[in-house]
Amino acid sequence: MTQLADTTSLELKRFDLQIIASWIKPGSKVLDLGCGEGDLLLYLKQNKRVNGTGIENRESKAALCIAKGLSVLQGDINEEVLDYQEDTFDYIILSQTLQQVYYPEKLLKSLLAIGKKVIVSFPNFSHWSIRMQVLMTGLAPKNEQLPYEWYNTPNIRVITLKDFRKFTRGQGCTVLKEVAINTHHHDTKGHIINFLPDWRATYGIFLIGKGDKK
Amino acid sequence: MSEYIEHDENGVSVGLVEKKHFTFAEPPDSIVLESNARLGPITIAYETLGTLNEDKSNVILILHALSGDSHVAGYYSREDQKPGWWEIMVGPGKGIDTDKYFVICPNIIASCMGSTGPSSINPDTGKPYGFDFPVVTIGDMVKVQKALLDHLGIEKILTVVGGSIGGMQVLEWAVRYPDMVVSAIPLATTTRHSALAIAFNEVARQAIMADPNWNMGNYYDSAKPDLGLALARMVGHVTYLSDEAMRRKFGRRLQNKSDFSFNFDADFQVESYLRYQGQKFVDRFDANSFLYITKAADYFDLRRQHGDGSEAEAFSRTKSKFLVISFTSDWLYPTYQSRAMVKSMKKNNLDVSFCEIEAEWGHDAFLLPNERLAALIKGFLDHNFTEVQKK
Repeated sequence: MTQLADTTSLELKRFDLQIIASWIKPGSKVLDLGCGEGDLLLYLKQNKRVNGTGIENRESKAALCIAKGLSVLQGDINEEVLDYQEDTFDYIILSQTLQQVYYPEKLLKSLLAIGKKVIVSFPNFSHWSIRMQVLMTGLAPKNEQLPYEWYNTPNIRVITLKDFRKFTRGQGCTVLKEVAINTHHHDTKGHIINFLPDWRATYGIFLIGKGDKK
Repeated sequence: MSEYIEHDENGVSVGLVEKKHFTFAEPPDSIVLESNARLGPITIAYETLGTLNEDKSNVILILHALSGDSHVAGYYSREDQKPGWWEIMVGPGKGIDTDKYFVICPNIIASCMGSTGPSSINPDTGKPYGFDFPVVTIGDMVKVQKALLDHLGIEKILTVVGGSIGGMQVLEWAVRYPDMVVSAIPLATTTRHSALAIAFNEVARQAIMADPNWNMGNYYDSAKPDLGLALARMVGHVTYLSDEAMRRKFGRRLQNKSDFSFNFDADFQVESYLRYQGQKFVDRFDANSFLYITKAADYFDLRRQHGDGSEAEAFSRTKSKFLVISFTSDWLYPTYQSRAMVKSMKKNNLDVSFCEIEAEWGHDAFLLPNERLAALIKGFLDHNFTEVQKK
């Protein structure tokens, strides 16, 4: 069963981004961390009249975004998120970046300070094929989502859906929405997994709120 | 800034342009400067390119650096060999597209390129001002530019753009006239000089003032302080380049010789280059103007002037959208200074983009052909223009 997000003029290639975009309310203020070439921001701007800002560390990509008319800051996400006032953004998006963050705890805390809601997506390291690879070959897993060797991977954090749920509980924040997806064709197509997501999902996407503590 | 004046590699140019003058604050009027001194009459040289649209929403104000002038692009005549200083960026279809935008480039006061400065005639004495010319600030320069825009009937500026000292004027414009400036591009600049930048300026000024011909600024009827000014320019050129740029451009190569001369001629290419740049500069620039403009740059301090010591407070006065650009090898206004201003803008919830462009040419990178820079500026302008049209 394939569930598509909004059907609109400009299309988002990545399936996880399609889901994320469908969660964003029109007209909101959004911060996209690690925005790459700005595909998501441009989509949100054109289709949801979003007031968006991106942060991207690579000069060439940040420049490409700005040339597209997007507001983007070239810099390190851990540093750049520190300068905003409380609740500046309605949504902060951290898509497929968490697994590369050195201090996820500190970062999430910063994000929940400057944003009302945080959307996090990451590759699920407990997918059955990864479990099987470790079990059968005894080697660190490699696949389409995680194509690196242990010694050159930027993905320094091994996270599973279960781990992340536990992590959010520990941080005192609330999971408002959670979707597990299985993707194929270079992540451009996919579907939502409801049965045994911890085993079958390639990615998890979480919408997180500040929790009950005010 | 250095003098590059490059021809467009595709030969595209805005074509013929004309230098115009606007004079105001004529007696009995005068304007009060930041120093409380009075100045008048004031003439400001400027050039315009492109066509002002009906609702006057396509105005781009370009502000030049230390040794620049109003001649931003194009040629003065068909025989003219030299285009304006930003020919590569400004013209039809270029980063700043003159088919689309109406460009205004004024010459700063205290300069010697057509605007009132120390080499202008003091109406009280009938002789050049010399050192009687009052010390002016970046704020004074901008106030005078505002008078020009009032005269031209411009109420909104789509984008103010400039590099180095031009970038300081950009910041001053955004903070001083928040209702006029829709967006701003400060390039390779700072909200205030570091001690390092002041130090280099002071060495340059001392070189001029130590020249016996300088004569307390009173040299317009006699020999000029050419040696001092040339030396000042040489110091400047060192700060505009970078270690890497100099290594690539000159290395330790010798100038037209295979061995050392064992005297103090210009053995190395870098020596010869600096001597040439110094010589060339004295033909077109006034030593007193150099003193006044570098002093204005040293005095510039956005937080002192507009924020009671707080940069965040200074930027709370503006509503402009910003594109801040720095260059990796710029050691005169290093990236950390641009990042600091971006931080203050973010604290005020301003819409800001920032890019540190990888460039090996040091501070001068903003004047050199750079596709990335042109694409960034073009994208930013076009987007803002579309947004303004929607309103």
